[in-house]
Amino acid sequence: MVAPASAQPTLVIEGLTTRFSTRGGTVTPVDGVSLSIQPGQILGLVGESGSGKSLTGYSIMGLIDAPGRIESGSIRLNGRELFGLPADDMRKIRGNRIAMIFQDPMMTLNPVLRIDTQMMEAVLAHQKVSRDAARAMCRDALERVGIASPDERLLSYPHQFSGGMRQRVAIAIALLNKPDLIICDEPTTALDVTIQGQILYEMQKLCAETGAALIWITHDLSVIAGLADTVSVMYAGKIVESGTAKQVLEQPRHPYSHALIASAPSRNPRGQPLRQIPGMTPSLIRLPSGCAFRERCDRVSEVCRQAPPVQTGDGRTLRCFHPVGAEYSEVRP
Amino acid sequence: MTEASAVTPNDIETPFRRFLRSYLASKVAVFGLVLLALVLFAAIAGPFLAPQNPYDLKVLDVMDSRLAPGGVSGDGKMTFLLGSDEQGRDMVSAILYGIRTSVLVGVVSTAIALVIGLSLGLWAAYLGGRFDGFVMRLVDIQLSFPPILIALILLALTGPGLGKIIVALVAVKWAYYARSARSIALVERRKEYIEAATCLGLSTNRIIFKHLLPNCLTPLLAVTALQVASAITLEATLSFLGLGLPPTEPSLGLLISNGSQYLMSGKYWISVFPGVALLVVVVAINLVADQLRDVLNPRLQTQ
Repeated sequence: MVAPASAQPTLVIEGLTTRFSTRGGTVTPVDGVSLSIQPGQILGLVGESGSGKSLTGYSIMGLIDAPGRIESGSIRLNGRELFGLPADDMRKIRGNRIAMIFQDPMMTLNPVLRIDTQMMEAVLAHQKVSRDAARAMCRDALERVGIASPDERLLSYPHQFSGGMRQRVAIAIALLNKPDLIICDEPTTALDVTIQGQILYEMQKLCAETGAALIWITHDLSVIAGLADTVSVMYAGKIVESGTAKQVLEQPRHPYSHALIASAPSRNPRGQPLRQIPGMTPSLIRLPSGCAFRERCDRVSEVCRQAPPVQTGDGRTLRCFHPVGAEYSEVRP
Repeated sequence: MTEASAVTPNDIETPFRRFLRSYLASKVAVFGLVLLALVLFAAIAGPFLAPQNPYDLKVLDVMDSRLAPGGVSGDGKMTFLLGSDEQGRDMVSAILYGIRTSVLVGVVSTAIALVIGLSLGLWAAYLGGRFDGFVMRLVDIQLSFPPILIALILLALTGPGLGKIIVALVAVKWAYYARSARSIALVERRKEYIEAATCLGLSTNRIIFKHLLPNCLTPLLAVTALQVASAITLEATLSFLGLGLPPTEPSLGLLISNGSQYLMSGKYWISVFPGVALLVVVVAINLVADQLRDVLNPRLQTQ
C-alpha cells in the first residue's frame, strides 16, 4: 500500500485478525491489520503497550497459543500463504524464512547451553550441512554482527556476555539461515543508548546487505525516525495510520499519531510539562464503539461512534473521520 | 542461577567450582559425603571384602547358626566378627551383600523412575491440554494410594525377585518425578529462551529435551537424591514384610526381619547390625541430598 510495488513484496498481510477467547470475554488484540513490506525495507510498527503490535508479530510467526487463534486474514510471504499452513510446514519456515529477535537478550539465550550449541542447532534444523560447515557459518555470523574473536566466543556461555553482545548473538542467530523477513520485537529497549545506536546501525546495514525485510516493533519513536522506511501506527488492535516514515512522523494526520508524536520529550520546550494523551489505553474487552480512540481524542464528534472508514491516498492510509489538517466542521458533543 | 558478571574469561569461577565450594562449606555435608563414599565402596567392592559368599548355601553350615559376635565356626576356619544368622551366615558378609543390593535397587529404580517421570512431566508441561490432563490425573490417582500398598499388591502378584522389586519401586515412584518435573517445567517454559527456540523452528522434542530439560534438572537433582534413600527404605520395608528378595539372598530388610524373632532371646546382632548398616546408608544419602538441595537452591544462595 506504500511505496510503488516495483518488486514483489516480501510480506503482504491483509485483514489479519487474531482473537482470544477468555473467561472475561472475547478480545481482538489484532483486528484487521494490513501491512506490506518490500525486500530490504524496514517497517516500523509503533504503538503503546497493549496495542497489539507484538501479537501481530507472533501471528506472522504462527505462534499464537490457545486460547488465542488467528481468525481470518491472509499472510503471504513471497506470495506463499502462511495462514492455515500445517504446523510442521510452519515450523520449517520459522527460524528459516522468518526470524524473530526479542526484547530482552538476557532471557532469549538458553543459560545452560553454549553459544555454539545454540547457534548450530539453528543451522542444522533447516539446512543439510555438516557440523563443521555449520560451525563455520556460525563463526561468520558472529563476525558479521561485530563480535571480536568469534572462535573463542562460540565456546562461551551466555552469562559470559554483556547485554549488547547477547543481542548481537541473537541477531547473528536470526541471520544464520538468511531469512526473507526478520521481526524485531523491541530489540533495543533493554539496551543502553550507545549500544542501541550500534545495534540499529548494524541492523540497517545487514538489512541492506542481505535484502531481508524487517519489521521493527517498538514504542520508541526516536528509534523509528532514524531507521524505518515506512511506519504503521497501531491503536487498540487496528492500524490507524501508515505511510512513509517522513509522512507519518513529520505530518501525522490521525489524531492519535499526532498526539503520540507531540508527546515525545524532544518536541517540547524546556521547562514545560511534557504533553500527554489524556486517559488510558482502553481495555480490549470494553472497547468503545466506532473509533477506539474517540474517548481520548480532542477532535471527536458524534460521527466517531461509527467505525471510521479507511482512507487511502498519497501513499498513506488513515482511519479517521477528522484527520489533522482537514477542515473540521462538526460540533463537539 | 548463573548471574551475569563482568569477569574476564581467565579468572571465571566455573559453575562446578562454585558448586564444590558451597558444598564443602558444611562439615556435616562433608561427613555425609565421606560416609556415602564408604557405602558406595562397600557396595561395589562387597564381594571382594566379604569373608564368605552369603548367598552360596553350600558354604553355610547350620551348626554355626546364631553365633555371637566374635564366635568361631565349627570347623575353626572362620571367625564371625558380627556373629551369624539362623542359617549360619556370616553377618559381615551378609551386610556387605545387603548394602550392595540396597544401593543397586535404590539407584536403578530411581534412575528408571526419573527417566519415565521426567519425560512425562516435561511433555505434560510443554504440550499442555489433554495429554497434560491425562498424565496428571494418573499421577493424582497414583499418589492417592500409599506407596507401600501399591508395591505390596504388585509384588504379591509377581512374586519376589530383584527385577520385580525394581519394577514395583518404579511404579510407585515415577509419579513424584512427573509432578515435580512438570511444576518446574511450567515455570521454565514461560521463559523467553523457550519462545526463542520455538522461533528457530526446532522440533518439539528437541526443545523439550535440549532446552527445557537442562534448565529443570538442577532442582530435580536434590529431589532425586532424597528419593534414592526413600527407595532403599521402601525396599527394606518390603523385604522386612517378606515380599522383597528370596530368603536365600537376604537383603538388609530381610536380615532385620529374620533377626527380630531372636531379639527377645538376647541375640541382638542378627537384627541390629543390618539395621545400623541401613541407617548409615540412608543417613549418608540424606546428608548429601540435604546439602545438595541447599546448594542448588538459587533462593538460598548468597552471592
